[in-house]
Amino acid sequence: MKISFTINGTAQSIEIADENTPLLWVVRDILDLKGTKFGCGKAACGACTLHVGGEAVRSCSYAIKFVEGKEVTTIEGLGNEQNPHPVQQAWIEEVVPQCGYCQPGFMMATAALLNKVPNPTDEEIDQNIINVCRCATYYRMRKAIHKAAELQAVMNASTETQTS
Amino acid sequence: MGKSAFGYMFFGFLLMGVVVAMSYPSTKGENLSVLLDNPVEDEAYHKMMDVLMSPRCVNCHPSDNIPKQGDDRHPHYFGMARGENNLGYQATNCTTCHQTENNRYSGVPGAPEWSLAPDKMKWEGLTRNEIARSMLNRQHNGDRSLTELEHHLTEHELVLWAWKPGVDAQGIPREPPPVPLEEYRAAVKEWIENGAIVPED
Ligand code: FES
Ligand code: FES
Repeated sequence: MKISFTINGTAQSIEIADENTPLLWVVRDILDLKGTKFGCGKAACGACTLHVGGEAVRSCSYAIKFVEGKEVTTIEGLGNEQNPHPVQQAWIEEVVPQCGYCQPGFMMATAALLNKVPNPTDEEIDQNIINVCRCATYYRMRKAIHKAAELQAVMNASTETQTS
Repeated sequence: MGKSAFGYMFFGFLLMGVVVAMSYPSTKGENLSVLLDNPVEDEAYHKMMDVLMSPRCVNCHPSDNIPKQGDDRHPHYFGMARGENNLGYQATNCTTCHQTENNRYSGVPGAPEWSLAPDKMKWEGLTRNEIARSMLNRQHNGDRSLTELEHHLTEHELVLWAWKPGVDAQGIPREPPPVPLEEYRAAVKEWIENGAIVPED
């Protein structure tokens, strides 16, 4: 069957035999976007987190048929080296990753959190950021999440000044 | 008092008793639960309650705001809880993992409107009669009339998920409730048609 959606701002159409194929398979193996990682395939680790319609979704547990007409954002679409998203910038500044494998999922989950809760408390971080990092970078991540909230607030304030 | 006067009074009380007893079915539609001991109606009642007491139902009617998983009814992994709208936390919520149907690759269950039952509908830890009374109480049942309650119990897709619960993370099929769907539906209808009577504790 044919499925049409937008990924990182670009319209995309794919032909796929099994409409229940996980979105993660399509993103990595068909669209060749390797930033999103496979960890458990059971919606348990969060390595595959990306956004569908702005909401964090575990793409190993999301059938491709559900993205029809929707907007998907992966870590590649969040920002880039020249123009990083506040979450990516904070991650660089706090030197969060060790091996790095889990990090795209964490950053996508954090970006989704900051959209809903611009200045999360430690409790809100604990409730919402429940991915797994086997290198145990949690302490640095917490600092980076708070920093990302600050950077995003500054960015939003300067956008508001420019538009007013 | 003469013997015949006593007889008339006795007959009168008996008649009142019959009239009162016959008036119970007329409570149908008003969500009044009545304490009667009627083994015939009990059968439909117990069949329905065997289903509603099963983990497929009670796991999402928690008393501590934490959804349960599996037949051992363990707390939902990863610290997930009710959140403000019965849908989990702000950015990590039910739909982060649960979609509108079961996912056979990950073993994550799903159905339309996947969510916890509201706080007022806590069933976990209650006896079957307590659950039934709570279910009939419009203050606790989402202000559902008996007709609406029957619809929820027999037609709501989220409820019917229990009979097609999919496989778990190990790929092992989940256990459906102990009564087949059509038998359960008939039991709910029969129980409601007969006045939605909750037997005596
Ligand atoms: S790979 Fe999707 S949650 Fe682990
Ligand atoms: S940085 Fe290695 S798993 Fe998280």
